[in-house]
Amino acid sequence: MITAGCDIGSLTAKAVIMDDGIIISQEVIRVKARPEESANEVFRLAAEKAGISPSDIKFTVGTGYGKDAISFAETTQSEISCHARGAWWNLPSVRTIVDIGGQDAKAIRIDEKGNVVRYIYNDKCAAGTGRFLEVMAKALEVDLADMGDLSARAQEKIRISNQCVIFAETEVVSLINEGRDVCDIICGLHHAMANRVASLAKSIEVHEEVVMTGGVAKNSGMFNALSEGLGVPVKALPVDPQINGALGAALFAAELAAGK
Amino acid sequence: MKLVAGCDVGSLTSKAVIMNGNKIIGSSIIRSKARPEESAQAAMDNALENAGVDMSQIGYVVGTGYGRDKIPFISEAKSEIACHGKGAHWMVPTVKTVIDIGGQDCKAVKLNESGVVENFITNDKCASGTGRFLEVMADVLNIGIEELGDLSARARSPIILASTCTVWAQADVIKYLNSGYSIEDIGAGINSAMAKRVAILANTVKVEKEICMTGGVAKNSGVVSTLEKILGHRIRKIRRADPQLAGAIGAAVFANEKRNGQ
Repeated sequence: MITAGCDIGSLTAKAVIMDDGIIISQEVIRVKARPEESANEVFRLAAEKAGISPSDIKFTVGTGYGKDAISFAETTQSEISCHARGAWWNLPSVRTIVDIGGQDAKAIRIDEKGNVVRYIYNDKCAAGTGRFLEVMAKALEVDLADMGDLSARAQEKIRISNQCVIFAETEVVSLINEGRDVCDIICGLHHAMANRVASLAKSIEVHEEVVMTGGVAKNSGMFNALSEGLGVPVKALPVDPQINGALGAALFAAELAAGK
Repeated sequence: MKLVAGCDVGSLTSKAVIMNGNKIIGSSIIRSKARPEESAQAAMDNALENAGVDMSQIGYVVGTGYGRDKIPFISEAKSEIACHGKGAHWMVPTVKTVIDIGGQDCKAVKLNESGVVENFITNDKCASGTGRFLEVMADVLNIGIEELGDLSARARSPIILASTCTVWAQADVIKYLNSGYSIEDIGAGINSAMAKRVAILANTVKVEKEICMTGGVAKNSGVVSTLEKILGHRIRKIRRADPQLAGAIGAAVFANEKRNGQ
């Protein structure tokens, strides 16, 4: 039976199509002006990739901040539940999920059955969200996607004293003017960002194993930094970290369609 | 050498004041330079020129502000809180609460009758509620920061900024601009958001009359009037000197006390 999950975030829209417990297609796009357009587009692309017609999909669950704009979804689920479900399905030993999106960050603790125990999120302050790295990449004139590799080449430790995006940007500009190495600065930024996220996650008690998801989990440098910030190793899921929410939605869709 | 000076090196502007006894005879406000020692020297040179005196005539100099430890020509350094309290008390002797909004921080200081600091709180962790917030917004509106204050009085239906974070508020302002809202309505919303954030900080030290505002933002009438509404008190206008000079004046008053052997 074919089911789907669709996650409309603030910066990207994601869709996952599953057939009897196997992912047959996944798609991530940059959001369009209106959430319904994003949903239609990402869904069309995912169906095309799977080689099926949208009518073949028996049940669709929507999630993300734009979930109510997904016209073709039978029902919706909270982002927190979808992230928990997606991560647990991939790695049943996971107990804490740290999801860092473009404009928010969440920490979710789950039990051995994948049920949500506690969660917390920040969408009030840009520090500790993907926007932090986006702004810094621009200030440093590097590609956001290259930041992980560049940080691996760091030689000297730099401590960024500001967590606020605005103040840290000024700090970065003066570090550049002082002639500090870009790789060292990036590594320092990853740690500043990780510390901010770690203090959010610690407020719900971090239990092992810990995984990081969301767009920021594409940055390899953030795994080291967050592991250090939390004091426990942080792992990656064996799927694209950006599709975890949509995957969880697709898993809920399969359960609901089966009448569980 | 009966003349004294105060020099306040801030993150965005640097100030110097020359005093003869209790009277200001020269002052200057300059944009801070790359290095605090350069900023201090330039501010001091301008103030000396403004007073028509030279450095050899100055008996004692107190330095303050975030760059105070790097000022080469000072006799002594004092904390910003102490200097702002002192300066505000000199400008308005009845002042009990000083709200100082700097380029990168915001402070609320409670004083006793003699102008001695009793309690204070500072925010320098978050750009929201600091001068930087207004600077970022003025940049988006493509106007000078000094033009922002007057927009409130001309607004018809001010926007309400939902986000406190400067980064998110900046994105909101861009959306409002693109949707065709007037610059007056947007500017008024920016000033209100700023005042709300400052009020939260100020209320944690229990605001009492008289209240004064120092720092550059004191010149923004939109922020001042909203802040008065939220706090439920009038903010006493400072007429004796430019409110941006408070820290430097306080430093100079300390220098004067030192010279008088107090």
